[in-house]
Amino acid sequence: MAYRLTCIDKYLPEQANCSILKICSRSGPRRKETRGKNEPLMTAAQRISYRMESTLDSVNKAEEMADQAAAQTGFDEETRGGIAMAVREGMINAVQHGNKYDPGKRVNLTFEQNRGELKVIIADEGRGFEPENVPDPLAPENLLKQSGRGIFLMRTFMDEVRFRKLNCGTEITLIKRLQVQELDRQEAST
Amino acid sequence: MSMKASTRQIDGVTVVDLSGRITLGEGSVILRDTVKDLLGKGQKKILLNLGDVSYIDSSGIGELVSAFTSVRNQGGELKLLHLTKKVHDLLQITKLYTVFDVKDDEATAIAAFAK
Repeated sequence: MAYRLTCIDKYLPEQANCSILKICSRSGPRRKETRGKNEPLMTAAQRISYRMESTLDSVNKAEEMADQAAAQTGFDEETRGGIAMAVREGMINAVQHGNKYDPGKRVNLTFEQNRGELKVIIADEGRGFEPENVPDPLAPENLLKQSGRGIFLMRTFMDEVRFRKLNCGTEITLIKRLQVQELDRQEAST
Repeated sequence: MSMKASTRQIDGVTVVDLSGRITLGEGSVILRDTVKDLLGKGQKKILLNLGDVSYIDSSGIGELVSAFTSVRNQGGELKLLHLTKKVHDLLQITKLYTVFDVKDDEATAIAAFAK
């Protein structure tokens, strides 16, 4: 189905250490809105981007936003927890390993929700890395290593995890889809 | 919710009651400092009570592993007590459940430390 894309630039200073870059919505069949009065706008076929500082506070904030976005998409509590954890790990990767807490660098965080699918895109401004070079944390020789489990956890909780090298930085795309029966239930309630 | 840690002594074992989230930042640092402090005092039998730990991220897992190896390298023992389902599942997924000695009952856990 073809959608018409409209974007609204917006800045919300009250959002902790981040600004909303764009809220994009597509015309098309609308689903019943489930968001609360004070929750960020995220109806069917929407995209919201945030520009976050390279801080721990951003990591925590992103985790909370991921949980909300997952709830609005219709995921159950357990799945929401996994999605929130995957986003937290992606943000840790961006803030700690990518931008190295550099106050001059930002992380772009995008939530895209469409027909029972939640896509989260996290882009840092670091030097980039090769995900295939990260050792398997489940290999016996790596079990007692202190780090190296973030990507594994992202892959565990999401349906798809993609990495893309940018001119300056790395972009991680995390995708989770509702199960068919959950999607049917959601369609029936609209 | 920030992390809190308090310690008590039972039969030569230091029980560390943790509550909150063991995550990158404060939570991980509190756990690291607590274990370092205990080892510095020669207390090498450590039981981490995770009953009130609601969440652990990859950094927290790393800190648990680090605590385990630090204690073991000094000839001590570190065991885990009262895992919540979330933490239990996370340790299963990361194949660490069998690495740690995990107990469900405090008295049994205390008795399991070498005399």
